[in-house]
Amino acid sequence: MQSLSQKEPTQLTDEQIEAFGAEMDAIRRRVVSQLGEEDAAYIRAVVDAQRKLEIAGRAMLMVGVFPPAWLGGVAALALSKIIDNMEIGHNVMHGQYDWMGDNALNSRDFEWDIVSSAELWKRSHNFQHHTYTNIVGKDRDIGYLMLRITPEQRWNPYYLGNPVYAVLLSFFFQWGVMLHDLEADQLVTGEKSWDEVSDDGKKMAGKALRQVAKDYVLFPALSGPFFLFTLTGNASANMIRNLWAFAIIFCGHFPEEVQTFTEEEAANESRGQWYRRQLLGSGNITGSALFHLMSGNLSHQIEHHLFPDLPARRYQAIAVEVREACERYGLPYNTGGLTKQLGSVFRQLVTLAMPWSAGPSQPREERSALESVKAA
Amino acid sequence: MPAATVGAGRPRGLLASLTTPLLDVLTYPHGPDRYLEMLDPAWSTRQVRAEITDVCHRAPGTVTVLARPNRVWRGFSAGQHVQLSVDIEGARRSRCYSIVTSEQDRSGRLEFTVHAEPDGLVSNHLQQLRPGTVVGLSQAQGPFTLPSPRPEHVVLISGGSGITPVMSIARTLRDEDRGGSVTLLHYARTAADVAYREELDELAASGVRVLRSYTREGSGELSGHFCAEHLAGITDAPAWVSGPATLVEGVREHWSTAGLEAELTVEHFTPPAPAPIPDDGAPTGEVSFGDRAVSNSGAPLLEQAEVAGLELPYGCRRGICFSCTQRKTSGTVRYRTSGALSTEPDSDIQLCVTVPIGDVTIDL
Repeated sequence: MQSLSQKEPTQLTDEQIEAFGAEMDAIRRRVVSQLGEEDAAYIRAVVDAQRKLEIAGRAMLMVGVFPPAWLGGVAALALSKIIDNMEIGHNVMHGQYDWMGDNALNSRDFEWDIVSSAELWKRSHNFQHHTYTNIVGKDRDIGYLMLRITPEQRWNPYYLGNPVYAVLLSFFFQWGVMLHDLEADQLVTGEKSWDEVSDDGKKMAGKALRQVAKDYVLFPALSGPFFLFTLTGNASANMIRNLWAFAIIFCGHFPEEVQTFTEEEAANESRGQWYRRQLLGSGNITGSALFHLMSGNLSHQIEHHLFPDLPARRYQAIAVEVREACERYGLPYNTGGLTKQLGSVFRQLVTLAMPWSAGPSQPREERSALESVKAA
Repeated sequence: MPAATVGAGRPRGLLASLTTPLLDVLTYPHGPDRYLEMLDPAWSTRQVRAEITDVCHRAPGTVTVLARPNRVWRGFSAGQHVQLSVDIEGARRSRCYSIVTSEQDRSGRLEFTVHAEPDGLVSNHLQQLRPGTVVGLSQAQGPFTLPSPRPEHVVLISGGSGITPVMSIARTLRDEDRGGSVTLLHYARTAADVAYREELDELAASGVRVLRSYTREGSGELSGHFCAEHLAGITDAPAWVSGPATLVEGVREHWSTAGLEAELTVEHFTPPAPAPIPDDGAPTGEVSFGDRAVSNSGAPLLEQAEVAGLELPYGCRRGICFSCTQRKTSGTVRYRTSGALSTEPDSDIQLCVTVPIGDVTIDL
């Protein structure tokens, strides 16, 4: 990631930015008016595929003593968890299917097959990340508070371990997300009281306990003498989901060309400016239809950030229009294959670990001092 | 409340009380329903769902269906209604319909008759209902019921499609065979409009005093709209009236003049959705948040709730995060972001970007 001031891609006038925003609003209105039977049938078909994979995976892992059953079980359960978390969970919790009025697909009621509780995840993701996208100091998704992923984060010796932390986080991603959503770090800064964190902690613990009871106690126990095969199978499925989710999510915001913003840059922004920040702060991954499904359509991270509550199956078609608009306005549209984007993320994780790597482009105090001089 | 019979929930067996918590953990976080419905779409451990078993059209613009509710259904009292929901173009729509069945019916099926309303999204959709379709139901609700023990004399008055709860009460009293008298007044435009005209004849033959007025044809035992003379001879019996507002108000006036308003139970048959009101003038109407009501200031609902002293959850305050989503039970709101109107009852809306138009009720 780089700061906006490091590389200002285009100099659009305010009028041009608002015109771009009006075009995005028009796309949004049109898609909302088209929502209907096809979208409902699609998400129900995805749910159906997910639950069949889950049942198949759990059944095969009951007899995981046979190696083909174990491998098949891990594959099916991992796919089930990936689809549950990404194409169903993430998207349903964004309110993409609230218009259907189905309690099983409603953002207020949905809970997902991962340790982080839906309620706390929605707060940190839907609100903080999607409102303050890529604003350093406000978007807690930047490096998940564990990694240095933009030069705007000041280097300190802790970051020498940057690549190692990233690898650890990728393997235990669901627990990393849970700790991140708990916002325990805000105790130190005084933004949250002990009582608030402890209330949230209880909710998280309740959720995590049930996940652990299901995957590591009950289902293994049901397998009787083969419990160890079920337990290792469930652990493997969870880990595969962790690695996949980590890869997709890090490619969405952290490749080198994706930009970060300062609080000043994002203060009092208009609707057009908000759209522009969402665009510049996200990157897409190219791939097949199956790849888009497995990524929860977060491979269309740009379209998701422009229209977080439109059903994700619509992003592929919308992307054509967004990209065309970007070309007309001379706005960058960051996209690339999975290996390119992931390579870019890891290059940065390594580079930014080094003490001699670039620091914040301009300290905030200096900048505001400069602006007040200008204003004077 | 009288004993409810149709599909009344059976006591839970020992097996169920042992397996339910286990099933809940094994199917966490989605719950058993998500998997049960793979076997049968009407199965559920929490929601009332019903399979449509029979469909017939007894009068033009009406459909009469029999629906078999699942085991979550707790039964009903004669005269009550349910919220029936169906998916139309991907979106779930709910409307209230009265149960026509007798309390004494043992078939395990509920009868509904739906009259197509002009521009009625749901009522028109239901005309094409097919056997085998699974619909959603609420539990039975509403105070339009008979007391227990039953009064000796009962007066039932209905207009148009308002006949449905009155039929449930008349059938129940017939099946209970308790003695006493029943007088049933029904108003309709023409005899052909009445889905239950043959059954009204049967009721008359079984001893119910049935008096009809077909206002457009000028035929029937009575003539014209409701008036005091239609009740000749009845002075103090408790009455149940169900139908359009004009009929209900006419009857209410008569009973209160007689000083017997307490003896009257009413059921309004109102149009399903309020028509969108053009938003060109000053804000009008009242906004209710649970039990707290304020007059509409024209500001977004979240701000109005805060001014009313409520602390509701919110996040971005600009329509992105859905933290402030609440259920609107009735009324029309406009989305500031897109200009779109939400007119459907029981829909989830984002309070931070919606402005009420007229009366709006938010369920907290």
